[in-house]
Amino acid sequence: MRHILAILLENEPGALSRIVGLFSQRAFNIESLTVAPTDDGSLSRITIATIGDDKVLEQIVKQVNKLVDVIKISELTDRKHVERELLLVKVAAMNDKSRTEVKRISDIFRGSIVDIGKQIYTIELTGSSDKLNAFIETLSNETEIIESARSGCVGIARGEKALRV
Amino acid sequence: MTTKLFTGAEMVVKALSAMKVKYIFGYPGGSVLDLYDAIFQQDEIEHILVRHEQAATHMADGYTRATGEVGVVLATSGPGATNCVTGIATAYMDSIPMVVLAGQVPTTLIGNDAFQETDIVGCTRPIIKHSFNCRDLAEIPNIIAKAFYIASTGRPGPVVVELPKDLLIPQNKAPFSIETNVKIRSYNPNIKGHPKQIRKAAKTINEAKKLVIYSGGGIVLADASELLTKLVETLKAPITNTLMGLGGISGVHKNFVGMLGMHGSLEANKTMANADVILALGVRFDDRVTNNVEKFCPNATIIHVDIDPTSISKTINAHIPVVGLVDVVMQQLLDELSTINYSPNKEALKEWWQQIHLWRDMRSVSYKQVEGEKIKPQRVVEAMYRITKGEAYVASDVGQHQMFAAQYYPFAKPRQWINSGGAGTMGFGLPAAMGTKLAFPDKHVICITGDGSIQMNIQELSTCKQYNLSVVIITLNNRSLGMVRQWQDMVYDGRHSSSYMESLPNFTKLAEAYGHIGIKIDTLDELDSKLEQAFNIKNKLVFVDVLVDEKEHVYPMHIRQGGIDDMWIAKGVKA
Ligand SMILES: Cc1ncc(C[n+]2csc(CCOP(=O)(O)OP(=O)(O)O)c2C)c(N)n1
Ligand SMILES: [Mg+2]
Repeated sequence: MRHILAILLENEPGALSRIVGLFSQRAFNIESLTVAPTDDGSLSRITIATIGDDKVLEQIVKQVNKLVDVIKISELTDRKHVERELLLVKVAAMNDKSRTEVKRISDIFRGSIVDIGKQIYTIELTGSSDKLNAFIETLSNETEIIESARSGCVGIARGEKALRV
Repeated sequence: MTTKLFTGAEMVVKALSAMKVKYIFGYPGGSVLDLYDAIFQQDEIEHILVRHEQAATHMADGYTRATGEVGVVLATSGPGATNCVTGIATAYMDSIPMVVLAGQVPTTLIGNDAFQETDIVGCTRPIIKHSFNCRDLAEIPNIIAKAFYIASTGRPGPVVVELPKDLLIPQNKAPFSIETNVKIRSYNPNIKGHPKQIRKAAKTINEAKKLVIYSGGGIVLADASELLTKLVETLKAPITNTLMGLGGISGVHKNFVGMLGMHGSLEANKTMANADVILALGVRFDDRVTNNVEKFCPNATIIHVDIDPTSISKTINAHIPVVGLVDVVMQQLLDELSTINYSPNKEALKEWWQQIHLWRDMRSVSYKQVEGEKIKPQRVVEAMYRITKGEAYVASDVGQHQMFAAQYYPFAKPRQWINSGGAGTMGFGLPAAMGTKLAFPDKHVICITGDGSIQMNIQELSTCKQYNLSVVIITLNNRSLGMVRQWQDMVYDGRHSSSYMESLPNFTKLAEAYGHIGIKIDTLDELDSKLEQAFNIKNKLVFVDVLVDEKEHVYPMHIRQGGIDDMWIAKGVKA
């Protein structure tokens, strides 16, 4: 099972390495990880996408919580939430046909072309990780993918529920 | 008015004084020379100079296990700090509070592969409770206060504080201020058991027919032994201890069924296997306790009390988890039991004890000593127990001798038994005994060890001389890495690959060379008298080298991959 975890922690040197170290030390999986300071500069927020059964997830949540720097951890995937990931992808756009096709696919997925080279288009797309996967798969059937960069997902719970101090 | 300014080195010492530190265990070097200079110029805190930084960590650790006070270690950057790694891991595995001050190259050189630069915070990250990189000298006092607070509260553990040299030098000064009433918003360690869980636990205990209490190191760490004894006597239930929990209840208490686990007593493991309710207090269902987790106590409802939620349902699922300080929770349980008028089923309790007595009658923890034959190691531990009236502090190394000590020296009190349970660190025994002796100079302090383990920190005999630490070292000398050899006998058809020591030193002469007394014991008839002689020598370290039967195995022993009560009780004999 895939889970998305949001972690609120002190924005201090070493805090991120403790999280990453914990995951490797205990053989927990990290599918993606993003980190940035929050609106309160003394805090960072990490979003981790991980895979594991309920028992593993329980240990992950408890172990992360046990770190002295961590203020809160919450699983987003067990409740209603919004989840987004950013993709930047460079594809070959060698001739009119492939340029049209790339533009068409990108429009369908509501992506936008953010850079155009002689034979290269760069597309930006935001959405759930699933949507990004589908986009890449569709594109790769049409043209060559030259480079891609993904942000890893971030998420936030819907409604009143908030992760804060 | 001008505020007084202090160097970082002076601040460290002042902060340690504020933490009421009496001893620092350490070894000097380039990056911490300013700190050593500050130590030299005061006399509130005594520095104990070891001969290897690993020993400093174990000595601090032993001091802590014996007293409950946080041990302090000081090492220089690079190799000094990395030599502490084993000792930090050892403390971590057994949840021992410790503050390790590690020197570091100046901040301007960090990251440059400077002379004696090692990222000690990085090296120790998986084996510490927390760590601090100091980067501003004014922060030093509060970082030290936080380090002590974190190390000693909640589930205790080691904390590393890295001190770059430029923060300690005389050229840099700042005013000193320290907040000793530490608050950390992301860390709230004092937890009471959830009332709903307490009520559930009390109800389950009240309805139990075959209750057992399984308690561990948490009881010792929390100094909760009196409360535990009261709980046991209220419940009239059998109690077993883990290796780490020995002394949590008196080893001669009538409800005590012995240690459980791999080398536990058959009655302890049988009691666990047949229980309908297990009240687990300050334990973590370690693999050395459970044996095969799939077969672990299938019929029991498990109530698990621990301060660390990660310990609960990690290996064995707890039916009633209670997160909280074990002493607080035990008091809550006692209160709740009296509220519900605790009334165990008398008939069931009687039957349960009858059954337990049958298991006890099998006397699984026993051995045979034939007159005129080689001394059995168990016999030495029994003699040790008799002579010290069961009142000695016993610090152990790791191997067969450790298990014999755990089995044949019933500890009356917590903190009397000092051993590396979680990490199983050979070389722990002597320095741990030294830390204990430093704390209790008038008590018998024994280091029970093996011919292998003692050589892992034998250089500390020199430290013992310097500080007159009159430990009694008892080496159960079987001319082999006995525990390894036992496994090779049992699992590898007796192929003794590298478990045999062909070039042992003459230990008694070695002890004498360090300025101590050496006593060698070869035969059974001189065992008691020579041991008595050793314990009668005051103010001198005595190294007793006892030649024991190298063929002896530790029994009982779990049958691999079996249930908790599947045991060998003698060579080739299953229970
Ligand atoms: C530092 C370290 N290295 C290796 C081991 C593995 N080990 C466990 S017991 C043992 C043998 C100990 O021999 P000795 O101290 O003579 O004790 P005995 O078992 O003979 O009583 C070994 C090598 C360990 N526990 N610690
Ligand atoms: Mg040996």
